[in-house]
Amino acid sequence: MRLRTPLAQARGLGAAREGIHHWWTQRLTALALIPLSLWLVASIITITGADYATAVEWVQSPVVAVLLLLFIAVAFYHAQLGMQVVLEDYVHGGWAKVATIILSKFLMIALAFVAGFAVLRVALGG
Amino acid sequence: MEITNRPLSPHLQIYKPQLTSVLSILHRLTGVALVVGTIPFVYWLGALAAGPESFANAQALFGSVVGQIILIPWVFALFYHLCNGVRHLFWDVGLGFELKSIYTSGTIVLVAALGLTLLAYIAAYTMRGGAG
Repeated sequence: MRLRTPLAQARGLGAAREGIHHWWTQRLTALALIPLSLWLVASIITITGADYATAVEWVQSPVVAVLLLLFIAVAFYHAQLGMQVVLEDYVHGGWAKVATIILSKFLMIALAFVAGFAVLRVALGG
Repeated sequence: MEITNRPLSPHLQIYKPQLTSVLSILHRLTGVALVVGTIPFVYWLGALAAGPESFANAQALFGSVVGQIILIPWVFALFYHLCNGVRHLFWDVGLGFELKSIYTSGTIVLVAALGLTLLAYIAAYTMRGGAG
């Protein structure tokens, strides 16, 4: 049985005006975060209590630098999607809802750029 | 637009907590906690980029009792959200919806998250001991 009208199917948008994009990207980023976050925890454990030189050497390894950047990009994208759902559910009132969602997205992007810049600075700093 | 005294469906406090509902709430709670937890992570990376002195301060902070109080729940939140996220991905492809498997997978997720947290703590503790 099909409940969707042909028009809705043609547009593929639905009530959220973006179809399944949010749902699908949340799953894709979740899938990518399984190996990325397991790697992150395991890798950080190897430099527990490390001094500055050891930690710099760790970030300057190309594999570590790229994986850190990947983790930062995917994790903050996933975080921003998740926060949106939580705010949509718990913040009531049109403007408050929209404002907190926008603020949370800006904050997530800003944190991602700060983290990414820190990694690049250490990795390329020489 | 304020409408008072309208009938409302029973909310959380009416229901008896069950493994299923508690784990569901915990998924959301750990998700938000991990968002807050990005701040110490970004601080740590920033401290490394800022130089030896600030990194030494960051390492001392994370190695302290206060640091451990932040880090251990942080790691548990990550592992819980990860394991339960995998459980959600199975549901997304239509697997494991029978009541019995929902309880089994829920128990597995809880045990796995606690076990991985303990494992990470032991590994980190050993590394730290090894480094002096």
